[in-house]
Amino acid sequence: MSEPLLEARSIVKHYGSVEALRGASFQVAAGEVVSLIGDNGAGKSTLIKSLSGAEQPDSGEILFEGKQIHLDSPTAARSLGIETVYQDLAVAPDLDPAANLYLGREIKRKGLLGALGMLDKKEMRRKASEEFARLGVTLQSVDVPIASLSGGQRQSVAVARSVVWASKVVFMDEPTAALGVVQRERVLDVIRKVRDQGIGVVLISHNMPEVLSVSDRVGAMTGALVQEES
Amino acid sequence: MTATKESAPEKQSTGRRLAGTNTLWIALVLVALVVVFGIIDPSGILNITNLQFLLIETAVLLVLSVGMTFVIITSGIDLSVGSVLVFSGITSALTMNALSGGDSTNAGWGVVLVGGIVAVVSGAAWGVLNGLLIAKAKIPALIVTLGSFGAALGAGELLTGGSDVRSVPTALSHSLGSGTVLGGIPTMVVVAAVVAALGGWLLSTTRFGRYTYAIGSNEVAAQRTGIGVTRHLVMVYALSGVLSGLAGFMSLAYFTTTTLTSHSTDNLNAIAGVVLGGTSLFGGVGSVIGTVIGVFIPAVLNKGFTIIGVNVFWQPIAVAIVLVAAVWFDQVRRRARNQR
Repeated sequence: MSEPLLEARSIVKHYGSVEALRGASFQVAAGEVVSLIGDNGAGKSTLIKSLSGAEQPDSGEILFEGKQIHLDSPTAARSLGIETVYQDLAVAPDLDPAANLYLGREIKRKGLLGALGMLDKKEMRRKASEEFARLGVTLQSVDVPIASLSGGQRQSVAVARSVVWASKVVFMDEPTAALGVVQRERVLDVIRKVRDQGIGVVLISHNMPEVLSVSDRVGAMTGALVQEES
Repeated sequence: MTATKESAPEKQSTGRRLAGTNTLWIALVLVALVVVFGIIDPSGILNITNLQFLLIETAVLLVLSVGMTFVIITSGIDLSVGSVLVFSGITSALTMNALSGGDSTNAGWGVVLVGGIVAVVSGAAWGVLNGLLIAKAKIPALIVTLGSFGAALGAGELLTGGSDVRSVPTALSHSLGSGTVLGGIPTMVVVAAVVAALGGWLLSTTRFGRYTYAIGSNEVAAQRTGIGVTRHLVMVYALSGVLSGLAGFMSLAYFTTTTLTSHSTDNLNAIAGVVLGGTSLFGGVGSVIGTVIGVFIPAVLNKGFTIIGVNVFWQPIAVAIVLVAAVWFDQVRRRARNQR
């Protein structure tokens, strides 16, 4: 295994008197898929939240490219190239795929119109089509509301949204939980493409066949500890 | 590359997209109404004077409804618009009177300008207060604006002692109130049209508009992408307040009095217009052009019934039927969509 890109060392997290994480350690390198499996309540989501800036661990170290970092918000993580795909569909269903892809990162027009806040919708649509093609996400149309797409396509857009902006690491919290077999396969294809581009992927899943089919390594979480298996 | 099936996602034509929305249908309803009233009495609704009055009487409501469109697209509601309108008219009229030593009838343009600014600022203040309570304190918009609906009117009545202020600068009432520009177009209508055009531009082409849709569509997703949801919501309610203030100034100019008691159902009329125009109460969907159409349906029904001699009391019943049908239509469409 190459140099770890992101590494967690003995992360501890309490919610009141409940110990959600009891010294969890794990690492992910560029271009590999690491899966975390474990029962509900084993602390998988808490670990991901701690590493993506959504929660702050009570103790432990997070190292990014060998240097210790402190993530106080998801924005801080994002600026390092760390993105998260959430379990629930984190898209705006009434906006089209291109608008969702660029949500919060809109491209403005050049010159005065841009200064007034006008968006360059054409450019965003064009670039979005390119990105979707690159990730193998096929959509009939880039300018219908996401809600009119199938569940698998919707989740593919949600995954693509995080992946396009992630330059280093992507966390995925059960990205296929709500999907059927065919749709699930589509999302897994996207995950493989992302890995092939040299991005580290951390996947949380309950589905063993799925985990085995995409993962390079699997970590089992039991009682808030991570046991590494290859 | 495995992206072989990439068949260049097609762009839907604007026409086809419009056909899928409520806006087109409601536009057809409006056209049908005008045609029917026009056939029954050709000299009635299509008469220039009648048309002018129809437009003038709708101008104030349209300005309120443009702000309401933004609010409802964020899946919020603003019940306070009519009261804020009255409050802004009162602060504006009182300021103009005070600046002219008690009676502003013969006041100059400087005083009128100050009055306009006072009206807009008063509206903005209520809007910001609404926004902060809704977005920061997380109190439901229905309750917050129900509160300011009562409080703004009460505050206005406290300022005037419960009676209307009746002295308004002639310069204002003769220009904005009853004046015309460009050879016969009422100034009120021009102001409302400019507000609607700017609102439409802001909503459909800018980042402000995009965030408005995104927050209404999925607030959590918007938050996660780093959009300042709280700040944006405050700005949306402030916009509604500013437009209510402007509407208050327009109303003052037109009626030359503060019309304390005539705006208690403005909020409901604005909501009805916005929803008729295809904006969804569930948020995320809507347009200003739809609102323009939606606002004119009750107005045309009202004028049309008067002209052809149908009892005017039928108007609210007719509007209610169209409104409930429009919302039902929207809900059926959403349910069908969410089942995929």
